[in-house]
Amino acid sequence: MSFENVIQYFIAGITTGSIYAIVAIGFNIIYNTTGIINFAQGEFLMLGGMISITLVQFVPLPFAICAAVLITAGAGYLLERTFIRGIKNPTPLRMIIITIGLSILIREAALHIWDEKVRSLPYFTGNEITSIAIFGAHFSPQVLWVLGTSALIVVFLNFFFSYTTTGKSMRACASNRIAAALCGIDITKMVSLSFVLSAAIGALAGCVISPITQTQYDCGTSLAIKGFTAAIFGGMGSSTGAIAGGLIIGIIEAASISIIPLAYKDAITLTVLLGILIFRPGGLFANGDASSKVDRP
Amino acid sequence: MLRIRNVVAGYGNLTVIRRASLHVKTGEIVTIIGGNGAGKTTLLGTIAGINQSREGEIFFDNHDITKLSSDKITSRGLSLVPEGRQVFSSMTVLENLEMGAFIRYRKGEKDEIISDIEKMYRLFPILESRKHQQAGTLSGGEQQMLAIARALMGRPKLLMLDEPSLGLAPIIVQQIFSIIKELRSFGNTILLVEQNAKAALNIADRGYVMETGHILLEGTSKELLENKDVQRAYLGKEYRRINE
Ligand SMILES: Nc1ncnc2c1ncn2[C@@H]1O[C@H](COP(=O)(O)OP(=O)(O)OP(=O)(O)O)[C@@H](O)[C@H]1O
Ligand SMILES: [Mg+2]
Repeated sequence: MSFENVIQYFIAGITTGSIYAIVAIGFNIIYNTTGIINFAQGEFLMLGGMISITLVQFVPLPFAICAAVLITAGAGYLLERTFIRGIKNPTPLRMIIITIGLSILIREAALHIWDEKVRSLPYFTGNEITSIAIFGAHFSPQVLWVLGTSALIVVFLNFFFSYTTTGKSMRACASNRIAAALCGIDITKMVSLSFVLSAAIGALAGCVISPITQTQYDCGTSLAIKGFTAAIFGGMGSSTGAIAGGLIIGIIEAASISIIPLAYKDAITLTVLLGILIFRPGGLFANGDASSKVDRP
Repeated sequence: MLRIRNVVAGYGNLTVIRRASLHVKTGEIVTIIGGNGAGKTTLLGTIAGINQSREGEIFFDNHDITKLSSDKITSRGLSLVPEGRQVFSSMTVLENLEMGAFIRYRKGEKDEIISDIEKMYRLFPILESRKHQQAGTLSGGEQQMLAIARALMGRPKLLMLDEPSLGLAPIIVQQIFSIIKELRSFGNTILLVEQNAKAALNIADRGYVMETGHILLEGTSKELLENKDVQRAYLGKEYRRINE
């Protein structure tokens, strides 16, 4: 393999990998505040993509994306409000079944609203054939949009969770629900907020990745599996782990294309997922906390 | 300030609190003593809104708080330091204190909060030297101090403490009791649950004795300390007399 090829695979890997990382962070935000693994996370990306593709026919791209993010965030709120909040006895298994059900519901709704056609947003800068050279390998500038947006999301979340009262109170909820309520924190609000936040960053990721991977009513499923694998890989609940997990899985996937046929790309992720679940259920960087959380349900 | 009447509460089919009534007046230290499993923790949890009562009523500051959720009750100025050092273990000491003042950020009291954090550091100097450490890595006694300080950060009108001395070294217990006394001199009202009945009655104005979900006795601390049954059951007087 030539050096250019290595660079090519590497950059392709971190591009999709950064999206997996964002999906994984979305999983984590909800998991940390509620203990729920929201399997409809991938659908937020699909919704973001689909809505912005529809809107971009009427308004400029930045507005279409902003609106798509807001609408998807609203959908996340409604989802939690309607289907999650009322559950009397939210056992892990019950919640998994409900969120899988929701993901199917959203997918079918999307199939009805749009259709089964594959669409995509236009490239943010240039077009399909614009390319920039990095160490002799050629890339679409969209790669930079994806990496930049992912980095921005991570920086924003980091700031939000470390420096704002609301962000800190979400962490307090994650750490100890009863103590958080005793501090006067409204747990229901924080749960809503976690769905809104996850939906919003999911939708944004779904928009920036759309020109590269394209968007279809059922594209959320595979993204959710990749993101879930990344989250498990890095240790459920850990955001550094999610970023590392996402990037590593992206790179493994990209590298695997050079060795085995493209059709097996998804099988690689699943193999990784099974491998982790069997050998390191607490994740690659397991600390006592995260592993005990994963082991229990 | 706090008045509960005929409260019945429990878990699932299990009834733990059976028609308990008590009251706390402004500026008082009131203690509830009783053996293991008497229902003290459950009662405080019910007042704080962690468990819902099935019957009876709970009034705080002349408002009915019986059906309110715990965050609403805390916002009204009734704080519980729950049993067993419930700190936010993955957050720093400073962040724990900030969360204690959560309801006050909404009111824009930023400057007062900062000066209150300094006050907590004066009250519990160990917390200042650990302020950037994760709360989960503190010792048990330090976590208990943090839990108390966090509750104080909300400037509660009434502070409820559930076994603040549990599992702590005698010297720390002494420290915590002297802090409770100090809090009263600042004008705080306190409802204290303790296994250590003697120490609790020594700092309290009044006390209640609770067994199997009933309030058996109530009286001033002096009365309870002199009561033969209380002495036998909770103060270990019998044992001493045999030895004398
Ligand atoms: N979460 C729970 N679910 C079911 N039963 C419980 C629960 N918590 C407490 N109980 C039961 O309620 C009864 C009273 O418990 P509680 O914790 O209120 O007692 P306590 O007076 O605080 O005791 P201690 O002094 O040991 O802390 C006990 O019999 C206990 O088994
Ligand atoms: Mg107790």
